[in-house]
Amino acid sequence: MATEATLNTRANGLWDGGNQPLGASYGKLMMWFFLISDALTFSGFLTAYGLMRFKYPETWPVADEVFTHFPFVSGEFPLLYVALMTFILIMSSVTMVLAVDAGHKMQKSKVVFWLGLTVIGGFIFLGSQAWEWYHFIVGDKGAYELNNGTVVYFHSPEEGRLSLTQLIHPEQTGHGHGHHPEYTTEEVMSAFQANENLTVRIPGLGEDENNMISRSEALSLMDGGQVVQGANMTRNEYGRPLFANFFFFITGFHGFHVFSGVLINLIVFINVLGGTYERRGHYEMVEKVGLYWHFVDLVWVFVFTFFYLV
Amino acid sequence: MAHTHSDNNVRTIWLVFFLLLIVTTVEVVLGIIKPEFMLNFDIIGMHLLNWTFIILTLVKAYYIVMYFMHLKYEQKNLKWVISLPSVILIPYLMFILLVEGNYINGVLM
Repeated sequence: MATEATLNTRANGLWDGGNQPLGASYGKLMMWFFLISDALTFSGFLTAYGLMRFKYPETWPVADEVFTHFPFVSGEFPLLYVALMTFILIMSSVTMVLAVDAGHKMQKSKVVFWLGLTVIGGFIFLGSQAWEWYHFIVGDKGAYELNNGTVVYFHSPEEGRLSLTQLIHPEQTGHGHGHHPEYTTEEVMSAFQANENLTVRIPGLGEDENNMISRSEALSLMDGGQVVQGANMTRNEYGRPLFANFFFFITGFHGFHVFSGVLINLIVFINVLGGTYERRGHYEMVEKVGLYWHFVDLVWVFVFTFFYLV
Repeated sequence: MAHTHSDNNVRTIWLVFFLLLIVTTVEVVLGIIKPEFMLNFDIIGMHLLNWTFIILTLVKAYYIVMYFMHLKYEQKNLKWVISLPSVILIPYLMFILLVEGNYINGVLM
């Protein structure tokens, strides 16, 4: 019992107050504790996604069939855009570490340089994610929702998966990017009925025979169904509604963390420019926001794996 | 905390970056190609390709936490405070939900 200990004197034991038992300052320790709680939150989200995804393993949309787009370029580039986004975020993590390192050495101009690059990288990632959402919502090839709620793709033996444009206008070659005309149910149904070779496929990696629906069954199920183009709050053209729900929810939460991280980085950047940390004598604030930024990168690594790869 | 080996720090940072870049590239390539032999080989109910993705992701996570978040150079008890609860709680949560998801799938069939 250190009855004589005051706030200014160091007590004897590690846990008696007045020192740093875990070797980190209060602010840094609290940031770590927040990151652990946030990590558990995201683990909850991702495992909920895993539960749903593995409840329907054969009919869950295949990521490299859904995410095949690249801005300004037409054609199919499965997973390349999201690989670029991962690279951008990892790059911004590297610039962040370099900023922290420069802070340790009290090199203000270098901190400004590397932290500035980190902020820019963060904004680029946000813009990329926004484009990804836009493209997901606008849709790509289009699909049809049968009267029992199942979303199916159109399929021809020569070309494989057909977009709605290819179905209704088979004479048009090439997939026009930038305009997505809205097709009516009648147009789609009559085009399907007209060509005997066309079949219908449920999305997913299940065995081909299991995921194909016979023509006669398809024709009966199509009656009372509707065209699905793009994604909204109720249905999406990629597969079951849960897929789009989780996509928006998880990437949205992650994107929100990136957004808040960029804002915080920007504030600290302005403080660095103003010399706040030079006067303070240390750049620990840069280190603390660096921890948050690396956490955001870490979550993305897991989201990328569980959403796009597995 | 003064670092006496300051240039070594920068070198380490770039080394870790290249490691992350290579691992990510391998993951993306595997994700696009999806080699058949990996899809057919199952270990405890999940095929080898998925195991590869998860293990590579854990490798990336290790390097980000240890080097970028500087945890490798922190005091030992802080390392334990951060890693031990995460290493217990997160895999346990994953185990419960993935096994249950699989069970529900089996029941629904």
